[in-house]
Amino acid sequence: MSEDTALSAQSTAPVAKKESGLSALLGSAAGRNTGLVVALVLLCLGGVVTAGDRFADVDNLLTILRLAAVIGVVSIGMTFVITGGGIDLSVGAIVALSSVWATTLATQGIANDSHWIVMVFTALLVGGACGLVNGALIAYGRVVAFIATLASLAAARGLAEIISNRKTQIVNVPGFAAFFDASVLGVPVLVVIFALVAVGGWVLLNRTTFGRRTFAVGGNPEAARLAGIDVRRHTVMLYTLLGLCCGLAAVMLIARTTTGSATHGGLYELDAIAAVVIGGTLLSGGRGTIAGTVFGVLIFTTLSNVFTLNNLSISAQAVAKGAIIVVAVLLQQRLARRSGA
Amino acid sequence: MVSSPALLSVQGVVKRFPGVTALGGVDFDVRAGEVHCLLGQNGAGKSTLIKVLAGAHRPDEGEIRWRGEVVEFGNPTAAMRSGVAAIYQELDLVAGLSVADNVFLGHELSTAGFSRRGEARRRTRALLDRLGHRDISPDRDVGRLSVAHQQVVSMARALSLDGQLLIMDEPSAVLDPDEVRVLFGVIRELTAQGVAVIYISHRLAEIREIGDRVTVLKDGRTVATGLPAREVKTSELIALMTGRVLDNVFPQRNPVDPAAPEVLVVRGLADGDRFTGVDLTVRAGEVVGLAGLVGSGRSEILETIYGARRAAEGTVEVDGRKLRRGSVGVAVRAGMGLCPEERKSQGLLLDQAVFRNITVSSMSAFARFGFLDDRAERARSRQLTESLDVRPAGVDRVVRGLSGGNQQKVVLARWLLRECRVLLLDEPTRGVDVGARSEIYELIRALADTGVAVVVVSSDVEEVLGLADRVLVVREGRVVHDGPADEIDESRVLDLVMEGHAA
Repeated sequence: MSEDTALSAQSTAPVAKKESGLSALLGSAAGRNTGLVVALVLLCLGGVVTAGDRFADVDNLLTILRLAAVIGVVSIGMTFVITGGGIDLSVGAIVALSSVWATTLATQGIANDSHWIVMVFTALLVGGACGLVNGALIAYGRVVAFIATLASLAAARGLAEIISNRKTQIVNVPGFAAFFDASVLGVPVLVVIFALVAVGGWVLLNRTTFGRRTFAVGGNPEAARLAGIDVRRHTVMLYTLLGLCCGLAAVMLIARTTTGSATHGGLYELDAIAAVVIGGTLLSGGRGTIAGTVFGVLIFTTLSNVFTLNNLSISAQAVAKGAIIVVAVLLQQRLARRSGA
Repeated sequence: MVSSPALLSVQGVVKRFPGVTALGGVDFDVRAGEVHCLLGQNGAGKSTLIKVLAGAHRPDEGEIRWRGEVVEFGNPTAAMRSGVAAIYQELDLVAGLSVADNVFLGHELSTAGFSRRGEARRRTRALLDRLGHRDISPDRDVGRLSVAHQQVVSMARALSLDGQLLIMDEPSAVLDPDEVRVLFGVIRELTAQGVAVIYISHRLAEIREIGDRVTVLKDGRTVATGLPAREVKTSELIALMTGRVLDNVFPQRNPVDPAAPEVLVVRGLADGDRFTGVDLTVRAGEVVGLAGLVGSGRSEILETIYGARRAAEGTVEVDGRKLRRGSVGVAVRAGMGLCPEERKSQGLLLDQAVFRNITVSSMSAFARFGFLDDRAERARSRQLTESLDVRPAGVDRVVRGLSGGNQQKVVLARWLLRECRVLLLDEPTRGVDVGARSEIYELIRALADTGVAVVVVSSDVEEVLGLADRVLVVREGRVVHDGPADEIDESRVLDLVMEGHAA
């Protein structure tokens, strides 16, 4: 393996397209995500054929988007961590802990006395702190990410159960519910938040030094370190960012369900990782796409919506999900081989 | 040997990959018992040719005759069973398995599905003896062997299938002079037994020492074949490889101004493990060479100066300011740059664009409030790659597709962009072909002439002596010699490297 293979790869190696204008940008994004767009369209067609107007209804589509919003925010954060060469299994538990902490009687009492935003900050703070702990364990404690976040998964959900005493906590702060139940120009606030996070995430990943460092750290941590990047600090920031996303997702989940609970966010880690991976982000790091992740989330949410409308069981949904993941990864490998990467 | 029939003969072999013809007509033949050297610049098609011969690629045209019969090896196993085995640069051994297990990997000895480990061990023992290595135990974990011994195991593996032709891809690149000598001993023994070897190396001296005949490849074609390895002139080989004539590989040295400021000052540096008491001063415009064996501590010294390893004792100063220990960020901000030994694993983001690799250490210069101006990044990178003549051009190209020399230029461009004060180069020409080598030498010299303090580590003594103004010899973690490059010759350096008689 050396120079000659390199030469043969030259002409086939992908040459990143110059993004001269918005049209080119959209074009290249659509081009990269053709498979995902096709899959989503097929799913929607399937929905229309099997469920007709019950699927192709504005209210139903908004329901899909509202469901996609919460896991979507987590998945955007997960895209950063995975692109940076990491993994986080504790996201669901962090969502649960944040939701419980933000809805304790004490927190809600303060919120009622001052402003509902206290609940939001509490959730963000708890989520961010969990992420910080994960990041510090991984970067400075040199614990393998898989193990560190597996431990957090157990600990955070346990702590959530202790705080909530295993009871569902009902939200009784009027301003909170009113704000998040509202719509902007017919679009639910939750969906607006998801859109903002996605756009913000795209800009952060593709247009800033933070994003560029993320690619460098994920692509080759040793080379990044020797190029002068503080890899450990960056790793901590990545997990903290994901923790903040989990906190925000907790707020959104509280708003959608009007409760905080230690059972919130069950299996979010699997859903988020699956969405990120079928979106085209490399699990080994160094390559990541926010647009792909958004498509990944929409595909999974639409799938479960179509299944639910057709009265198919949760178990059948799980089987279909698994099949989609396998097919997506196989396709990705095929494409990667063809492009010589 | 002159009249011995061809063991392998290759005629008109063509191999195309989508968009590129890697081999455009290769002809040569290999006789039993000879060492046939393949020479060519990076990208000339050597590695593709090896893969075709070893059955990893199918040729699109042409024919390969093995013992006079036209053959087509569908896969490496088929080639190995016929007696053709390739030993690649990145060894294909499984660490964690024993030597014997590796030797018989893929063709395990078994009876009714039960492995015959004793028999495998016995035969491995015999093969290692045949290779002159009684010192390697068949039970050792391959991962714990030195690289040189791993190569011996690879050779034993090839011989276990009664290999008649061994193809060795730059075996000496990862070996130090002692180990190369051992390797050559093994090769001589094998050829005496009638085994043929195809030997690939960038080092002309080695080809003269071990080779019988030379075939030169250029742009995927044979430009000369069957040249006598010992007699053919160096200038002729270089001319054949590059298509142009090179007189002096090393650039002209300019005398260093004795009053030039001391840019890098290292005092009493020790890492508490591999080296101690290293003093080193480099003036502006000076190139200092560090010579020493692999494992002598020279790379560790460089990495510790750079802050990539934590120093236990001693100080590092750049322009009179003492640097905090163990922080690459501090070193880089103080004006240091490192081109690491393992370019691919330590130096480059292989799957990312050229311009991203160049600007990775200077991102803040292209950012406003954290937002990158990638148009400016591309423009500046384009200037640099054009002035360094990185080929093929194109800053959006993925670095993985570039040849070794061009990849090294990308790493150099990174530090040129930062206008660094101190440049540390670890094996700057490893895996770089002869033509590109002289370009890199000129570049290093040109940098020094602009007032950069340069430290070069190299296993190639000729390179150190040719390039540096001053030479430090490192042996077993200590500097055993420090003096001007023109007051010491190659044999003296080698003597110091091995024996360590203080000068």
